[in-house]
Amino acid sequence: MSEQLSIEAVEREIIDEFALLESWGENEKYEFIIDMGKNLPPLDDKYKVPENIIKGCQSTVWLAADYTNGKVFFKADSNSVITKGLISMLIRVLSGRAPDEIINAQLDFINAIGMRSHLAQTRANGLLAMVKQMKNYALAYKLKNAAKV
Amino acid sequence: MQKRLDIDAIRRQFPVLNRIVKSQPLVYFDNAATSQKPQVVIDALVDYYSGYNANIHRGIHTLAEEATAAFEATRDAVKTFINASSREEIIFTRGTTESINLVAYTWGRQHIKAGDEIIISTMEHHSNIVPWQVLCEEKGAVLKVIPINEEGELLMDEYEKLLNPKTRLVSIVHVSNALGTVNPVKQIIEAAHRTGAVVLVDGAQSSVHLDIDVQEMDADFFAFSSHKLYGPTGVGVLYGKKELLLAMPVFQGGGEMIKEVSFNKTTYADLPYKFEAGTPNIADTIAFKTAIDFINKLGKEKIRQHENELLYYGTEQLQQIPGLSIIGRAKEKVSLISFVVDKVHPQDIGILLDNRGIAVRTGHHCAQPLMERCKIPGTTRASFAVYNTKEEIDMLVAGLQKTLKMLL
Repeated sequence: MSEQLSIEAVEREIIDEFALLESWGENEKYEFIIDMGKNLPPLDDKYKVPENIIKGCQSTVWLAADYTNGKVFFKADSNSVITKGLISMLIRVLSGRAPDEIINAQLDFINAIGMRSHLAQTRANGLLAMVKQMKNYALAYKLKNAAKV
Repeated sequence: MQKRLDIDAIRRQFPVLNRIVKSQPLVYFDNAATSQKPQVVIDALVDYYSGYNANIHRGIHTLAEEATAAFEATRDAVKTFINASSREEIIFTRGTTESINLVAYTWGRQHIKAGDEIIISTMEHHSNIVPWQVLCEEKGAVLKVIPINEEGELLMDEYEKLLNPKTRLVSIVHVSNALGTVNPVKQIIEAAHRTGAVVLVDGAQSSVHLDIDVQEMDADFFAFSSHKLYGPTGVGVLYGKKELLLAMPVFQGGGEMIKEVSFNKTTYADLPYKFEAGTPNIADTIAFKTAIDFINKLGKEKIRQHENELLYYGTEQLQQIPGLSIIGRAKEKVSLISFVVDKVHPQDIGILLDNRGIAVRTGHHCAQPLMERCKIPGTTRASFAVYNTKEEIDMLVAGLQKTLKMLL
């Protein structure tokens, strides 16, 4: 098994993928994100419970986390396919990482691919809240782990 | 007499309509949220700040007199605009929301007791729900809600059944911001008055489209905002019948609203100043008159004629899109179209239309109980103003078709 790429390396990968689209317009960029959204495996209904809801003003995000062998694994879904596309990138970057890596992730790629507005406080999609929640999960698992040792 | 409005000439008066958004000419269809401002309104703001900026009512110097005269001229223009019987009945606020809150905090606190009932409707904006919920909670009063039918019209029979001697207030939206429905406020008011209830009409959406005559309507309170009428943000109006306003306790204390102040007793100023504590929003209030003059000059009937054509054309065009359903099909409707598309979230439509320079509103439109009633998370809403055109609707339809191709 090849060694896992660092968070920064995966972020760079995504930035490079978007750079290929540079000559295309905004719509092509969104087409790419929508495709990623469509390809994100749907979340099993058992995870679509109120505790997992991150409510934006408009779209809803469901986020579930597991902790296995010192790594946090995320599953998520949304009723907006664009939000789902953005979520799939966050999962690609953050899922399967140690808590500390997740807590310290800067996630600059979102800015670099021109999607910063989706993370803005005023955006209605709950994405900013989702990033916070992913980091909260990581922190919670880290503390739980520390308590066990 | 010129029969139709010259829309091209009107468009030239709105500088923002020259904007390029995402490399495309702006198509602005979010007028129900706020309308754009004509150059005359922008000029009025600049003229005030560069020519006669002064605090009003108290000053005896020339600038203060000019500013006071201009500020009070807006009050007269508003009085005529809604046909109030006197200028004392026109209170300036920050907006419709503050106007409604003013009534809730003064008249409401004074008159609502435990067990009393307040009636609103399913299609209210949050700003005509929450102030009454707060009041009901404080007083132990009960909030009753008029249901609607599938077309988005009030069930008037159900409304009549809700009315009873415990009903103290009916607070009803004149035109729904999410559906466009025009409610039969005159009939609502008549029925409420028969049981002795007071009626507040939320005119935030109606005042720009319909002729408003508060006396003919017999509204006890009527609230609306300047910024939806081509005027500046931050100015609202509360109309109240004089006898009600006179008997109401004050809202906020401070300067402007007093006659004399001593540490033993303060006497309050006469109407309308009693409700206008502190330095008001002078510049925007002055410029609001320019917006009213702008509307009057075009003529509301002609504006309506144009907007109705857009509504008719837009409805016809949009409903041809497969999977699209229009939410709100009332017989009496203003020029806005709310719709949903099967299997597509409105937010995605909004983002992708924005990419094509088309500004629409998506979401629950601050009417979550209504969305719940319609069993939808939200809608996409295109709302039209006098400067919009059929060509822009064609652009919306084409943009929407491309958008849906991407999403589906």
